[in-house]
Amino acid sequence: MILVGTESDIKLFNEDGTRIDGRTVEELRPIKIETDVLNRADGSAMIEWGGNKIMVAVYGPREAYPKHTQDINRAIVKARYNMAAFSVDERKRPGPDRRSMEISKVISEALTSSIMVEKFPRAQIDVTIEVLQADAGTRIAGLTAASVAIAAAGIPMRDFVVGCTAGKVDGHIVLDLCKEEDNFGQADLPVAVLAKSGKVVLMQMDGDLSEDEFNQATDMIMRATKRINQLQREALTTKYSEAIAGGE
Amino acid sequence: MPRDELGVLSEIKRSTILRQIKSQKRNDGRDLNTFRPITVQTGFVTKAPGSAMVQIGKTRVLAGVKIEEGEPFPDTPNQGVLTTNVELLPMAFPTFESGPPNENAIELARVVDRGIRESKMIDLKGLVIEPAKKVWIVFIDIDVLDFDGNLIDACSLASVAALKTAIVPGSTIGQKDFQLPITCTPVSVTFVDIDGTLVPDPDLEEEQVSGARITVTTSEDGKLRAMQKGSVGSLSMDQIKGAISMSFNLGKELREKYLR
Repeated sequence: MILVGTESDIKLFNEDGTRIDGRTVEELRPIKIETDVLNRADGSAMIEWGGNKIMVAVYGPREAYPKHTQDINRAIVKARYNMAAFSVDERKRPGPDRRSMEISKVISEALTSSIMVEKFPRAQIDVTIEVLQADAGTRIAGLTAASVAIAAAGIPMRDFVVGCTAGKVDGHIVLDLCKEEDNFGQADLPVAVLAKSGKVVLMQMDGDLSEDEFNQATDMIMRATKRINQLQREALTTKYSEAIAGGE
Repeated sequence: MPRDELGVLSEIKRSTILRQIKSQKRNDGRDLNTFRPITVQTGFVTKAPGSAMVQIGKTRVLAGVKIEEGEPFPDTPNQGVLTTNVELLPMAFPTFESGPPNENAIELARVVDRGIRESKMIDLKGLVIEPAKKVWIVFIDIDVLDFDGNLIDACSLASVAALKTAIVPGSTIGQKDFQLPITCTPVSVTFVDIDGTLVPDPDLEEEQVSGARITVTTSEDGKLRAMQKGSVGSLSMDQIKGAISMSFNLGKELREKYLR
């Protein structure tokens, strides 16, 4: 569905308290995570989150190249977030742009906080995140899947990174914005945390929010990340239980 | 962010900074919650319809605003266009190189841009010459001249100061010149986490010993307009909430002192 018009033409919040896609304010879109979806990569994951379809591959740790990028004390984490040309309504010109470079940077930093990078001096861990189909919240979905792919690659981690967005539509704080809410809403707040400690490793915000609205939004996000982290764990354990069952 | 020429801060310096923070003092002797001395000089470049030279401590940046006619984006036919770019000049720091902007320069420009754009500081609807055909394009270009930490706040302060003085050159298309339509004054405040303590306006040495960074941009109507957590490291939600309330206070102070 392609919507044409401006903010004022579109009603994002119904009188009965439901949203444009029928969800309640604190309802997530369906999320499905699967690991080891690729053959070549050291670790991989596929996430379907609402209409998002995102594939992540992890290579490494391997020697960092070019050599001057090496850190003698720790591994560097290089995440590359990319949107496929066909992933959005109008064709996106292939290759990195300023938006994807910024997202790659904040995702790399968020993942570095969770990985035991000090165990691999001079090494590099490559994380490629390919958005095959985009439907709002791609950076968070990609990061959430990346953390699973890194675990699947057997790279030592302190904790999972798990994220969710919240935002404001028609004056209401809602969880996990869909495309229309993202485009025509009044605020967008993507957040990622370390699953156990709840410490924030990624946070961006744009739009307008009062302090109260910010608190309401982050409370919703913190509750949601608990549920999403459960899905991350299940994705990993399912794979292993399948492997055990298959071996017998 | 880059380190000093050797890429490291001496252990002595590092432990001094950490010890001082514990006793509620900063590296350069200021209190925990204060900015370094700031100067703002608008109208520095007369060729630009808006400009501002800003110094925060030893960090120095120059923002120039150019306003030219051009085409609107197809999805916003009734709005002018805003673009923001930052050049990390080689003169500013030993490891800065010329060439296309790297990810640090891009993040910096996008965080500055987001504060201005999301606060709707510029009334872009007032920049239409002919709907869907011709609009005014506002180019913010920022030269980083001398780098000693906290480029985000220096660049956004310079941009906002330059925009507030900018004139749209209507006379070039046979109309009247007019003041760029401004609706509010967004101010960004950036903090870094040093050993569990969040401090605003870090200098370079403080940036080098710090973990996570967070920038909060607020407007005078008491609203949050943009945020960005950056750098490796994590922050608790309580730390972030503390940063938000402090940035309202510091933002108000900066707005009243330097952006009237």
